[in-house]
Amino acid sequence: MITFEQVSKRYANGRVALENVSFNVHTGEMVFLTGRSGAGKSTVLKLIALLERPTRGSVLVNGKNTRALKPRHIAAFRRRIGVVFQDHKLLADRPVFDNVALPLAVASTPLKEIDKRVRAALDQVGLLGRERSLPQELSVGEQQRVGIARAVVSKPPLLIADEPTGNLDPDLSLEVMRLFRRFQDVGVTVVVATHDLHLVREFGQRVITLENGHLQGGGEPDSLPSFVATR
Amino acid sequence: MSLPVGHLQALLGSLGRLARNPLATLLTLVVIALALALPASLRLLVTNAQAATGNFGSAIELSVYFKTDVSLAKARQLAEAARGRRDVAQATLISAEQGLEDFRTYSGFGDALAALRENPLPHVLHVRPRVEASSPAALEALRGYFRAWPEVDLVQVDSQWVQRFNGILEVLRELLLMAAGLLGIGVIAVIGNTIRLEIAGRRAEIEVIKLVGGSNAFVRRPFLYIGLLYGLGGALLAWAIIALAIYLLGDSVANLARLYGSRFMLQGPTAGDVGALLVGGAALGWVGAWISAARHLRSIEPRA
Repeated sequence: MITFEQVSKRYANGRVALENVSFNVHTGEMVFLTGRSGAGKSTVLKLIALLERPTRGSVLVNGKNTRALKPRHIAAFRRRIGVVFQDHKLLADRPVFDNVALPLAVASTPLKEIDKRVRAALDQVGLLGRERSLPQELSVGEQQRVGIARAVVSKPPLLIADEPTGNLDPDLSLEVMRLFRRFQDVGVTVVVATHDLHLVREFGQRVITLENGHLQGGGEPDSLPSFVATR
Repeated sequence: MSLPVGHLQALLGSLGRLARNPLATLLTLVVIALALALPASLRLLVTNAQAATGNFGSAIELSVYFKTDVSLAKARQLAEAARGRRDVAQATLISAEQGLEDFRTYSGFGDALAALRENPLPHVLHVRPRVEASSPAALEALRGYFRAWPEVDLVQVDSQWVQRFNGILEVLRELLLMAAGLLGIGVIAVIGNTIRLEIAGRRAEIEVIKLVGGSNAFVRRPFLYIGLLYGLGGALLAWAIIALAIYLLGDSVANLARLYGSRFMLQGPTAGDVGALLVGGAALGWVGAWISAARHLRSIEPRA
């Protein structure tokens, strides 16, 4: 599903965020991406969502090399990836329904279909009945779940999340992670960037650890850092 | 059928956005309306001036003054000859006696005229050429014909002021084109700037839309509709301004026309004029929004 081949990323300001990073994420897998802040986790996600392009090496997502993708194909490419942010990036002046419906609206989905799928997505995150609420009327945990509903509403084969539990207390964090695992159960490939090692330990999925832009270990389950307990 | 739905949504969304900020929207609309109303009213001025003077062809007259020693019988004979010409619509002979009588009645110098021993006025033939023979060249030819008669003293043509007036209309028409061009650019600039502000205010939203896979066309669409609505709304307001002006001016213009013995009424814009105004306004809005959106949307890319 995702292949990084000797990827380096150097930003315009000269900072090297990734250096010679290679790893694979298989279809249907759930992977944690860990490391301290600044280690390059966000850069990896940006390269996957095509918010940035690699300086060297190649990134293959859904069988497409992001480097060769033409600008006019970027929108269609992004529609096949659900993205969840730490600050959830909801539109504050739009009700929950509109926020969740956005990925469907940009794909010219018929209105009836949008209605059905938005309800289904909200049901999955336990927020059915809150369609008309504005984001600020919801708790932080609920807002994050709206963000997740938006990421999965168009049923993308790949879901990526950048510190999705960064603002949540342990109970809510666990709840959100369980939600991600439920999507993995139905075949979605999930990549979660987090520095919450307790949570990572709790779930025991494969872990890719970055340090100063380098990959630690081989990124395969048998070469996990020793502090990560497998289930 | 999903595309029209998307467009309809974008259109309704844009309409709602404009309605949510009524004062700013109204101010922008007024600016656009004034910019559109100026060339539109200039055009009305030109068409009305043409209509008011539409019977100039028949107003052109040659006054043929006979020498004072020409007898009335001879003058009648010549008038008959003039009537026989193909380029003459009407020839009216005013005898010297009748001319004096008219002068006495209308000039207010009746007493002074009584002191004259003999009638100083000649017989005069008023000749109205046919409309198709009203061109300067045709008039000159007709004038030459009358001048060749030995009995004729003087031929006057009252056409110079018509030519001057047509010249003024021509200048106005060119002014109209220039004003329309300049103000059209002004409308594009006003709408482009409004769209630029709108884009800046919705930056976060645009980033999110691009992030979830919104194409450039999808992102641009609501802004194009905002531009279209501004242009169309401005044109409608311009139409209203013009209609009001015509209503207010109608009576005084009719009065003025009556003083000139005309039944001329101020004419409003034709359906074609209104159609051109609305289509032109909407097109300018669309173009302004397109230019602005192309410039400013490109720079907005999502950041994670």
